[in-house]
Amino acid sequence: MRLVTFPRFRFLTILALSMLALTPEAYAVDTATRATEFKLANGMDVVVIPDHRSPVVTHMVWYRVGAADEVRGKSGIAHFLEHLMFKSTDKIPVGEFSKIVSRLGGQDNAFTGHDTTAYFQRVAKDRLGKMMEMEADRMVNLRLDEKEVLTERDVILEERRSRIDNNPSALLDEQMNAALYLNDPYGTPVIGWYHEMQKLSRQDALTFYKHYYAPNNAILIVSGDVTPDEVKTLAEASYGKIPNNPDVTTVRHRPSDPPPLAPRRLEIKDPRAGNYSLQRYYLTPSYVTAKPGEAEALDLLMKITGSGTTSRIYKKLVVESKLATSAGGDYSGSNLDSGNISLYAVAADGVPLPKVEAAIDDVLAEVAKNGVTEAELARAKRSYLADYIYESDNQATLARRYGWNLAIGRTVADVENWPAAISKVTADDIKKVAGEYLNLKASVTGYLIPDQSGVAQAQDAPPPSANSELR
Amino acid sequence: MQILSRGIATAGRAVARHNIALTLAMVTSIALLSFTRPAAAMNIQQITSPGGIQAWLVEERSVPLISMRYAFDGGSSQDPEGKPGVANFITAMMDEGAGDLTSEEYQERVEDISMRMSYDDTKDSLYGSFETLSANRDKAVELLKLSVQKPRFDDDAVQRIRQQLVANIIYSDKDPTKVAMREWYAQAFAGHPYARPSSGTAETVSKINRDDLIAYHKRIFARDNLKIVAVGDITPAELGKLIDDVFGNLPAKAELMPVAKTEPTGGSQRVIEMGVPQSVAIFGLGAMPRKDPDFMAAFIINHILGGGGFSAKLMEEVREKRGLAYSVYSYVQPDKITSILVGSVATKNASMSESLDIIRNEMKKMAENGPTEADLDAAKSYLTGSYALRFDTNSKIASQLLGLMQEGFGPDYVENRNKMIDAVTLADAKRVAARLLKSNDLIVTVVGKPDGMKSEIPAAQSRVAAPTRG
Repeated sequence: MRLVTFPRFRFLTILALSMLALTPEAYAVDTATRATEFKLANGMDVVVIPDHRSPVVTHMVWYRVGAADEVRGKSGIAHFLEHLMFKSTDKIPVGEFSKIVSRLGGQDNAFTGHDTTAYFQRVAKDRLGKMMEMEADRMVNLRLDEKEVLTERDVILEERRSRIDNNPSALLDEQMNAALYLNDPYGTPVIGWYHEMQKLSRQDALTFYKHYYAPNNAILIVSGDVTPDEVKTLAEASYGKIPNNPDVTTVRHRPSDPPPLAPRRLEIKDPRAGNYSLQRYYLTPSYVTAKPGEAEALDLLMKITGSGTTSRIYKKLVVESKLATSAGGDYSGSNLDSGNISLYAVAADGVPLPKVEAAIDDVLAEVAKNGVTEAELARAKRSYLADYIYESDNQATLARRYGWNLAIGRTVADVENWPAAISKVTADDIKKVAGEYLNLKASVTGYLIPDQSGVAQAQDAPPPSANSELR
Repeated sequence: MQILSRGIATAGRAVARHNIALTLAMVTSIALLSFTRPAAAMNIQQITSPGGIQAWLVEERSVPLISMRYAFDGGSSQDPEGKPGVANFITAMMDEGAGDLTSEEYQERVEDISMRMSYDDTKDSLYGSFETLSANRDKAVELLKLSVQKPRFDDDAVQRIRQQLVANIIYSDKDPTKVAMREWYAQAFAGHPYARPSSGTAETVSKINRDDLIAYHKRIFARDNLKIVAVGDITPAELGKLIDDVFGNLPAKAELMPVAKTEPTGGSQRVIEMGVPQSVAIFGLGAMPRKDPDFMAAFIINHILGGGGFSAKLMEEVREKRGLAYSVYSYVQPDKITSILVGSVATKNASMSESLDIIRNEMKKMAENGPTEADLDAAKSYLTGSYALRFDTNSKIASQLLGLMQEGFGPDYVENRNKMIDAVTLADAKRVAARLLKSNDLIVTVVGKPDGMKSEIPAAQSRVAAPTRG
């Protein structure tokens, strides 16, 4: 059971759709605007993406707050609060939120990233108003019982064990991120450091909640069988009734990274590692921080260099030299502070990792020196365009696309003009970003080594807390 | 059973609140989760191609895409004796060169026209998935046809994929969840093809060669064991031509080895030691087959017990009340040869014994008392109300309908499905809970270092755990 998109490293294939790309001349595609946006009087942003094929809707509320906004020492509080949001309000008894949604024939969940926290339901369209009522209610009326909080804290510790502590690749990823970001809180895992998670309190959650959970810090996304007018009416009757919080600002300041001066290297030896593998991360600009066109060029660079079996890295390392059984990489640019490039390879039997690493470096050096071919560029652009069209088959995916982008300060126009921006990227642009950002000084390289002599410092089970006794 | 938020592809590391993994139930149990658009909005056409191949079609013109899902009866239970992993191997080989095109040429062409093709295997079936933009339909069909009819299985590609598969197995062998699941099957179906690991072992995969793949392809890729569903921007006449193009030249008859009916042998506990801070357990027992009159009731009982996310008893008792686990769930998986109810829980080593006691206890209570009226109503309400959620994309519709086709149902199933759920009475539910949840028959495999637990396997397991067939 691989749990989520993190750790971002997986064996065989990494299916990372980067931002949609679209080259209007490549296919005759209707690239008309998909979304309508407006604002409620209290400052809450609303985006509606109609899809009338099926009588269902996807309803999401995105808060402009995530794990990177936590106070130092309270790592994991954003995600912990996300769990606690399902507990109770004045109107909703403990644990009933999801049960009510379920009885209404709906599915619900939530997730937390470094930059955003999102809550969603998928329901028949006539239940949309009820979902908005419930979501608006818990935006301001959350009630937290001390015992519930402590029990849920045990749950997130188990979640950490599942995702991270049981899995040496995830531990390596965590260590590498901590090394990649010298100052930016992206170096702290979303789920939190175990020793800090253990101490998170009801008051920590409430403090975080009261500041950040407000309509002027939230984005409502509805996709599916609705019209903008219907959404507006329902939203004004629910979210619209909540006063804004003047203390929360949409300008988000975080500690930023200084220019990195030294490549970092680390390795984890763990008997639970099956294969010899390596990862490399580079710090890069993001769609939010990059100069115009740079992020798009990075996206295409990594599509060509690291995505799938037609990529240069795969061809070179897996097909031709046979140094690796799998290899690839991608660019992650949809972040507020910075983006990153990640590369991975699993060594073929008996091949030393430094040899695999050198082969990756050769591929990167070649791209930086001579750029990419026009054929590669055209194929990569077409591939992104296709993703765009395929994506229009799925209302939930569309809701996420817009929600994520708005949560990091991009606009509907940015999302919808993006295909055009991608189509402008030239081979020269790609060569330029490769030369500039594939810079070892801004990188971390990690080796994962199967080893019987010691276990990585995985957290042992803490003593069971009082409330976990069988009653 | 649902796939829950996995963060966002663009953003990588988001953390979802809970995740009910589909694990092995990904494709096969789709049928029993059928939902549908209102009949008026979804017209399922049963077509027969000029060459005599049957398919279901749902025309959907608003998006310029076509999704096709198809399945060959076969899967990993058709792996040759002593060589588990052949079916899984072939699923990774179908885009590694075909006709005159080498692996590299084939993959570049696929990417050039943005076609999507993948294969997957379960115990009983080999699944194909194909999607194309309408604009590239002809080129995509040509490539699909080559792959289905003339895969090359070149030696260098075979070798490359073999190494990948072995690396994956080595990785999976260290993954407590995967090991627990593999060992559960080995324990439950000892001596039967179902007991073999679907992906094979490092040893067996190392021995699989080109001839094995050619032989499997010849036996399994045929017309009499083929089911096809298409959804999207295509007319019945166009689809008829398409499927004749792609599948028309396959042999008329598949050569399937008989696979004996089987039922899990019950009542055991195995502990497999692994140095992890959190143990993972897989637990399960026999269940009603898909065509059993009690199947729908069993499906609802499982939903109440472990399948319904936060409204399920196991989630309530293990996670919500006690904080013992992030993930605990169960699902019913009706296969052709057998049906099972399987679940999973992951918890720190110190709490595994306690968590399994709670799970056994919940099963026992449900068997003895059945669900309450309120439990049953809530489950029905969710299952019927969320009907349409499974039908909001072309590819979901195609997968759902393919599942129904494989189970031998007609398109009318989607009209009747909610009625079948609503027809289950409290008396039915109580009776079926007792029939289904014989907790003494529970087969448990635990991977980790669970405190105070050891293997307990009865010397002679002669009793049959699965319910009598009705």
